[in-house]
Amino acid sequence: MHDISAIVKETPPATLTNAPPKVTARKVSVFYGQKRALHEVSVDIADRSVTAFIGPSGCGKSTFLRCFNRMNDTIEGSRVEGEILLEGRNIHDPDLDVVELRARVGMVFQKPNPFPKSIFENVAYGPRIHGLARSKAELEEIVMSSLQKAGLIDEVKDRLNEPGTGLSGGQQQRLCIARAIAVSPEVILMDEPCSALDPIATAKIEELIDELRANYTIIIVTHSMQQAARVSQRTAFFHLGNLVEQGPTEAIFTNPSEKRTLDYITGRFG
Amino acid sequence: MSEQHIAKAFDVDLHELQRMVAEMGGLAEQQIADAVDALGKRDMTLAQQIIDADRDIDAIQREIEEKAILTIARRQPVAVDLREIVAALRVSNDLERIGDLAKNIAKRVLALGREFRYPTVMRGVENMAELVMAALKHVLDAYAQRDSEEALEVWRGDEAIDAVNNSLFRELLTYMMEDPRNITFCTHLLFCAKNIERMGDHATNIAETVHFMVQGQPLIDERPKGDTTSMTNVPFPG
Repeated sequence: MHDISAIVKETPPATLTNAPPKVTARKVSVFYGQKRALHEVSVDIADRSVTAFIGPSGCGKSTFLRCFNRMNDTIEGSRVEGEILLEGRNIHDPDLDVVELRARVGMVFQKPNPFPKSIFENVAYGPRIHGLARSKAELEEIVMSSLQKAGLIDEVKDRLNEPGTGLSGGQQQRLCIARAIAVSPEVILMDEPCSALDPIATAKIEELIDELRANYTIIIVTHSMQQAARVSQRTAFFHLGNLVEQGPTEAIFTNPSEKRTLDYITGRFG
Repeated sequence: MSEQHIAKAFDVDLHELQRMVAEMGGLAEQQIADAVDALGKRDMTLAQQIIDADRDIDAIQREIEEKAILTIARRQPVAVDLREIVAALRVSNDLERIGDLAKNIAKRVLALGREFRYPTVMRGVENMAELVMAALKHVLDAYAQRDSEEALEVWRGDEAIDAVNNSLFRELLTYMMEDPRNITFCTHLLFCAKNIERMGDHATNIAETVHFMVQGQPLIDERPKGDTTSMTNVPFPG
């Protein structure tokens, strides 16, 4: 494994454009107790684009994703080394407010997890606790535009007071995306957002991701290689806690340079 | 690919495609050999057999197409697997065209009937056909072995075929000038030579496909082009 991390260290992470990266990770390692789950991973995440993390279960991709809004802090015995910069600012800076960080870096989980509240309240919750709306009218506007951006407005506009948990799985997931959008994040982390959804609901989320990348930086962890190929502009492949290869998505899926990437995407090992 | 897919049925599908392409290649090689044989011996029976046998090549091409589309739909292949399937489609297209060109030679054998002159010209045609058959065999081996270096050799070797075609072209023009009664025969032979030269071009197409399949990069070099017949002018004596 040493050789791979050596290669990765020497290769400067490339970005899609000349614009400065939105998020920069340098030599990020994550430990759970004595166990090292992630080995010195360095990537640049381009602004307003979709970056996909792929790899077999236990490869560290979700662990790495959770570093970007310091979700690993919540896990007992976990330790993060290395540096993550959000627009040049270290997110581990003691002066930085974690709550504010998580507003700037939103997250959508594998299983839709709406609050046991009304559809309206699900979206209004974030802006309210962050004090983003000065009036009821302003709050309503944030809720409606978030539901609009999440592509859910037509389906729920007549039942905003019904419980969010009464929606279908796909609708619940879009509600969670609306909830994430409502606090005006810059980065949205998605941890297998479609794995509990049927193909139609999945297609709607993918369509939504494609629209959202005009305004947000999106990082998505997915087990579906086809999904990574469809929605992302850049792909990073992880294996056994190492970043094996990263590059433009079309290159990763047509002609990857690392044999382990090729074996994984063509279904030669699991 | 030495290592196998987790889904073994996928490997079975890919091997089957490869086998069908190899079988089709064998049929195409046979058609070329038979066509040149029929032309040299003025064998009308053999010519008719070639025309009939072209259906088998067409049929196997359709099978390859169906199998390829089904495999894509079923497996959503990526990278080298996808290129392998695309390569099978492309190679089978070239082989089908080679079959058509052989059939066209056979039709000309029927049209010429007994009217045959200048056995020396025939040797030129046979010589060119041998080069083309060698190239096709070589490139089909490269396909079977996934050997892009060998494919590259075939790709570069097409110049020799073009050179023979150029000299044949001049020779036939000269015969036509000598005696207008030669024109029918020489024109048919000219087309036969052109057909064989085209087969060589299809062999180089296959070489390009093999290179793409193995390397994942298209061959972007300009291929050495030696066919100058479209620019050749033999002035009428006197």
